[in-house]
Amino acid sequence: MTEPVLSLRGLTRDFGPFRAVDSVSLDIRRGSITGLIGPNGAGKTTLFNMVAGTLKPTSGSVSLNGQNITGLPSEALFSRGLARTFQIPRPFRRMSVLDNVLLAPPAQVGETVVGALFRRGRVAAEEARLRDKARAILDFMTLGKLADQPAGKISGGQMKLLELARALMGDPAVILLDEPAAGVNPSLTRTLIERIEELNRQGTTFVIIEHDMDFVMRHCDPVVALAEGRIVFQGTADEARVNPLLLDAYLGAPT
Amino acid sequence: MIGMISYLAFFATMAGILAIVVLGLNLQWGYTGLFNGGVVAFFGAGAYGTMLLGGRPELGQFGGYEWPFVFALAGGVVLAALIAWIVGMLTLRLRHDYLAIATFGVAVAFESVTRNAEWLTGGAKGLRGFPRPLEAAIGNNFAYGLFFLGMVLVVLGAVYWGLQRLVHSPYGRALRAIREDETAARSLGKNPARLRLQSFVIGSAIMGVAGGLYVAFYAFVSPQDLAPILTFQVWAMLIVGGAGNNRGAVLGAFLIWGAWTASGFALSKFAPQAMQLYTGSIQYILIGTVIVGMLLWRPQGLLPERIVTRFTKTAAKAGPTSKGAI
Repeated sequence: MTEPVLSLRGLTRDFGPFRAVDSVSLDIRRGSITGLIGPNGAGKTTLFNMVAGTLKPTSGSVSLNGQNITGLPSEALFSRGLARTFQIPRPFRRMSVLDNVLLAPPAQVGETVVGALFRRGRVAAEEARLRDKARAILDFMTLGKLADQPAGKISGGQMKLLELARALMGDPAVILLDEPAAGVNPSLTRTLIERIEELNRQGTTFVIIEHDMDFVMRHCDPVVALAEGRIVFQGTADEARVNPLLLDAYLGAPT
Repeated sequence: MIGMISYLAFFATMAGILAIVVLGLNLQWGYTGLFNGGVVAFFGAGAYGTMLLGGRPELGQFGGYEWPFVFALAGGVVLAALIAWIVGMLTLRLRHDYLAIATFGVAVAFESVTRNAEWLTGGAKGLRGFPRPLEAAIGNNFAYGLFFLGMVLVVLGAVYWGLQRLVHSPYGRALRAIREDETAARSLGKNPARLRLQSFVIGSAIMGVAGGLYVAFYAFVSPQDLAPILTFQVWAMLIVGGAGNNRGAVLGAFLIWGAWTASGFALSKFAPQAMQLYTGSIQYILIGTVIVGMLLWRPQGLLPERIVTRFTKTAAKAGPTSKGAI
């Protein structure tokens, strides 16, 4: 078996006396679409935030491709191949959709003061290359026609597609998606799922928090369930479907 | 006729100097979303720094090294940048209104220092006597006024050109992303702390340039020149002209300075005798009204920020046409 792309060891986070995530150890299989489920307050987003560097763990460690990334700030992770989207989309509203995407690639020549002022030739060449890539990605995400729109003017569902498009500009190995289907109309959800599965076929690993059980059972493997900050189940979707604990605690009555 | 031209040159020189300040603020607020409430501190640092290095020596007074203007100005700019860097390191974790309050405090503190540190700044009477660049060579007052205007416009043009290059580049894109959503920008690998500090220091250094030109123009600087009203005037200029648009910033500077000058003139001419003492306050009220009115009815300013910039538009034409999914 290949080395896990993400490896969490004893990850714990306290908020004052409250332990939101309690010693979670988890290996994310390379090339998987891992679904993370659990009731509200189970610690899913806290766990995400610790992996994505927006929250420092109280204890425990995270490694990405075998490299220890525990406690690194979120801006250090994108270039290492870890990207994320947000539960409530965070587009750069007063920037065009294209600019939103062009922003993302790390270490651009024109991103420093000196580069922007004095290396115009190299910046222009780089921009041309990135623009082609950005256009292709926007087309792939069905946002091509919106490229010149302000990102604040597109629909909530399109914003979720845009966040994924931005992430793709960094050629990430792992993408963390926080409730990608929440509040998105069925047709855009279908687009989103198709794109996720296509990217997954090409080798991108996904970790997805999702409340839509139908989504998780159909598209995620394995499924990991959290409750009160601990992992209470880990297995395939089929196993999850018949697990009495999950049926009781989270899924409700069998359908 | 000569008197009229001379006056217009005087007006345009001041407007040009202020336009440079507004451009500096536009980098900070318009592009990066940094609320600098202490514009006068950085303008003042440039002014006092230039004066101390390039001014004439006075008995018992620090400074007065009579450096050539360009070097004195550079020194003033470095001082403004240095203060901005220190203030930035201390405060840039503050957001919006908190940053505004902190920087406003810095400006008050700076003014207080200039008023009280007499050995350094001449105290309330200020510093006087500055060998203006090439004044002796040109001689004639009228010609010198035009020369100085030309110099200010050249500096304004250079600052504008440099800023346009800077903001219409991937660097400017990163600044705007920080302005729009810092958390999202971080998740895409951008470092807000570094970008905010750079933008704050560069913007403040530009304000310092304006301060240095100002002090050379008047050959005089005192705490009076650093009154908080200047910060508000500069803000009014940016808001009227259009934050996030450098042409708007320059337009706003000329418009508001014109309105300020005209209102001062009209008040002194037409206000009744008993009111003459209060014309300054009436002008303050006018500036406040302009800011509030603009924010209510046209918050984007006369020349709004362009979401799809020339930079990306030419870019878009060059790229492949987009049609749906792959």
